[in-house]
Amino acid sequence: MPLDSGMRQGFNNRNPANRDSAGRRSAAPLRAVAALLLPILLSGCGTVLMNPSGDVAIQQRNLIIMSTVLMLLIIVPVIVLTLVFARRYRADNKDAVYDPDWHHSTQLEVVIWSAPLAIIIALGAITWLATHTLDPYRPLTRLDASRPLPPDVKHLDIQVVALDWKWLFFYPEQGIATVNELVAPVDVPVSFKITSATVMNSFFIPALAGQVYAMAGMQTQLHAVINREGVYNGFSANYSGAGFSRMNFAFHGMSQQGFDQWVAKVKEGGKPLDRAGYLELEKPSERTPVQHFASVENGLYDAVLNMCVTPGKMCMSEMHHIDAMGGAGLESHGNRERLQYDNLRMQEGHEAPGATYPASGRAPRDNDVQPEGMSPKSNAPETNQPQPGPDAHQGHAMPNAPDGSAPAQLNNKTNE
Amino acid sequence: MFSNPDLAQILFGRLTWEAIPYHEPILIATFIAVALGGIALMGAVTWFGKWGYLWNEWFTSVDHKKIGIMYGILAIIMLLRGFADAIMMLTQKAIAFGPNEGYLPPHHFDQVFTAHGVIMIFFFAMPLITAVMNLIMPLQIGARDVAFPFLNNLSFWMTAGGAAITMLSLFVGEFARTGWLAYPPLSGADYSPGVGVDYYIWGLQVAGVGTTLSGINLIATIVKMRAPGMTMMKMPVFTWTTLCANVLIVAAFPVLTATLALLTLDRYVGTHFFTNDLGGNPMMYINLIWIWGHPEVYILILPAFGIFSEVVSTFSGKRLFGYASMVYATVVITILSYLVWLHHFFTMGSGASVNAFFGITTMIISIPTGAKIFNWLFTMYRGRIRFEVPMLWTIGFMVTFVIGGMTGVLLAVPPADFVLHNGLFLIAHFHNVIIGGVVFGLLAGINYWWPKAFGFKLDSFWGKTSFWFWLIGFYVTFMPMYVLGLMGVTRRLNHFDDPSLQIWFIISTLGACLIALGIASFIVQIVVSILRRDQLRDVTGDPWQGRTLEWATSSPPPAYNFAFTPVIHDLDAWWDMKRRGHAAPRDGYRPIHMPRNTPTGVILAGFSTVLAFALIWYIWWLAAVAAIGLLVTSIAHTFNYKRDYYIPAEEVMRTETRRARAMAAAE
Repeated sequence: MPLDSGMRQGFNNRNPANRDSAGRRSAAPLRAVAALLLPILLSGCGTVLMNPSGDVAIQQRNLIIMSTVLMLLIIVPVIVLTLVFARRYRADNKDAVYDPDWHHSTQLEVVIWSAPLAIIIALGAITWLATHTLDPYRPLTRLDASRPLPPDVKHLDIQVVALDWKWLFFYPEQGIATVNELVAPVDVPVSFKITSATVMNSFFIPALAGQVYAMAGMQTQLHAVINREGVYNGFSANYSGAGFSRMNFAFHGMSQQGFDQWVAKVKEGGKPLDRAGYLELEKPSERTPVQHFASVENGLYDAVLNMCVTPGKMCMSEMHHIDAMGGAGLESHGNRERLQYDNLRMQEGHEAPGATYPASGRAPRDNDVQPEGMSPKSNAPETNQPQPGPDAHQGHAMPNAPDGSAPAQLNNKTNE
Repeated sequence: MFSNPDLAQILFGRLTWEAIPYHEPILIATFIAVALGGIALMGAVTWFGKWGYLWNEWFTSVDHKKIGIMYGILAIIMLLRGFADAIMMLTQKAIAFGPNEGYLPPHHFDQVFTAHGVIMIFFFAMPLITAVMNLIMPLQIGARDVAFPFLNNLSFWMTAGGAAITMLSLFVGEFARTGWLAYPPLSGADYSPGVGVDYYIWGLQVAGVGTTLSGINLIATIVKMRAPGMTMMKMPVFTWTTLCANVLIVAAFPVLTATLALLTLDRYVGTHFFTNDLGGNPMMYINLIWIWGHPEVYILILPAFGIFSEVVSTFSGKRLFGYASMVYATVVITILSYLVWLHHFFTMGSGASVNAFFGITTMIISIPTGAKIFNWLFTMYRGRIRFEVPMLWTIGFMVTFVIGGMTGVLLAVPPADFVLHNGLFLIAHFHNVIIGGVVFGLLAGINYWWPKAFGFKLDSFWGKTSFWFWLIGFYVTFMPMYVLGLMGVTRRLNHFDDPSLQIWFIISTLGACLIALGIASFIVQIVVSILRRDQLRDVTGDPWQGRTLEWATSSPPPAYNFAFTPVIHDLDAWWDMKRRGHAAPRDGYRPIHMPRNTPTGVILAGFSTVLAFALIWYIWWLAAVAAIGLLVTSIAHTFNYKRDYYIPAEEVMRTETRRARAMAAAE
């Protein structure tokens, strides 16, 4: 087939109507995109991330804007050129140059590789600096853009625990704790220590600072400061199960005086939080109301972090210590029971019911088919019974298990 | 089921009547629709007596073209399921404000968003990409088939088996409620004791075998089976991107398989790789899954880049600008895609230097990607652009994708990611690049290569309708999500308290309806084109004035692809042949050696699917039977010596003469 005939069919179409419609088609995306983008860009200004109230979040906002502007330097020309070229070199525009064999230009190649490279070098430098200055682990060095940290400033320590599906906050210096209510004085740097007593969550107050994950057995950190009084949204940003959508809390930025009053009020009106109370609190619940605790049992946060609140459990730090000393060899076998943690909720019958079908084919504590990880016949039958209290776990003996091993996993036995 | 619970449990494991969701009206309606559709389809096949035809010509076929088409059909079916999930999710979000709880309780909603992600990535995008690679790449390199034709058939059926397992969870039991990557400890036995995560694991494991084997197959094909004269730097760009994508598959998918195997051990035999307690470390899973997960997005986008390269050069009537830099850019992206995985979890407490390192490596990927965009741009420059449907998709892609790329680089700046991560901004970003890049690319590819696969073009009116609905629908759906992300709204929520958010979700849902019209137009386009196939017929085999070798043969190509293996002298091989006045030889045909069809792939995949089902429900005897079946079939297949046959020279001559006559008649 000769090439020319095909080219003529394809390219020599001088029908003006056709040309017009093709031209319009190519210009339409530009308008559509512009019309859609503009209100969105404008509406972005009033949003919490673009108008936050804490200095860290403000710096993060500035970084977002700076990076975006830097990238628009290259994105806008590309979009414009795409649409301009598409229109200019449409097949029926005979005025445009047609050069079917032009496919290389060293100068142009240098430009198209070095232009993005230049942008990325600039952005990379900014990223390196900003990642270090805004490292959530790094203590703050300023209160806001115009005020460096006063030399005698005292950090407020707050310990955060993600539970199913609520947040527990310890104030170690004040000796109080709260559920789903977080209060911090304005212009006082806050140092958060974050962990989880359940699956992964992410601790996030958009108005204050970026998020940091909360993970069981691990502690993460966040340093931030709130600069404006007000009530802000806090929530978990990482999906954590059925109650996730309601895992919100209110974050109050208060004056120092207001904060002191609030602490006094918590101390006055709250109940004490001990291990038993915590274990009750730890059970999955949704839409948990705000709770205040006037005092906290000594070392409770550390016990939560080390997964040993339940009496008789071995703290992870203890195991780490044994390992650091060279390990306990075969004797470690005896510690297995004491290091079991996650199946607690199932032993207590708190597993979430299924979705379209009960998760394990049974109601909790029913004597039907057991899910894996839970074969009561092979270990302690009493694990399926209602527990009078957490102390029943004392020692966590499993009388029927010959070697005290972990619960058998295979689910081929029924519970008589 | 039985009065004796022990016997019932031996026979059925944990499968009970409770597992059938007869109390869920949504699922019952779906089931009835699926059942009626299935019965109608099977009835029609029986009525027209087509079972033998389907079995002999399609199911057992080792022809890469037919397997490619079957991959495509699987992907389109799964697209409908995945999109139904998307609509359900968005509708729930648009109505569930304040006192209104919406219609999807968390347990159902959580399955829906998990299924949406899993299906769209593993069972829509991956099979469709594989469909195009399978169908086109061997034609582009002048090969008769892929390197291992039987393996190709097996790969397809394993993928289909994985899809079947995932779909089965709709009607028997439940699907995972963990998000599409099933982060532990949530996906561990303690927090997800039901069958949902097991469906997830085994569906992906079965499909993953298919993907890995297909990757090996396509690499071997490209490396060993190129036509004489086609050096690496004369390969079409789509073949290059296919090669790189499959290298990524072979390097990345075993990581996924191993990671899921460790999770399986945690769930089935009580190990503690990823649990909270007993020394387990869930973060290990996060690292491993993203070491697979990040290359995965490049597995999807690289072939799409290849498609755009072919389309832009063909419809601009011009050689691709900067071929060499395009190839280098592809290879650089392939390598860099392994150095960025940590950017998926900057927020998990890594040190500033680690975060900054991975942020900057991520940004570096935008340099070769930017170079690619410029290359397409300068291919259009001084071209003669014909605005056929594939070219519309390409321009839509270039405008849309750079926006997604920009938000992607923004997310790569760790302190910015701290506020944007897990938010709807992130969701908007990756839909921006996956829809704007992968899906647009696949739709461009389908419109471009359809005539090659079937011998007639797709109707362009419905094609353009589909394009505009998709493009506008995309912006209306996802631009509001960028805004919501900046409003600090996080993902996977099924209920909201703040009424000021609602309007954005409503706009977003309307956008999804526009996309639904785009999908509907696409299906109408296919139906209309089949009905009008005689008007749309292309007898030349080269309807777009193509440049690469696949256009040198007839449409659809004969089983042997090329009567004579072409000799390559230039990058745009077919363009070069046309320029030098190539005429197909009229005699001198020789018998052609071809692979023979085999049912082994269907049988092996069938046993694998049964094995997976048995393992999900703890039906151990059935698992043993299926495993033995797998083993016996594999061994038996090694004794199958009837693996090949010859197409006689006369038959080749008849086919080629028929084609020459048809072309002469058309002129």
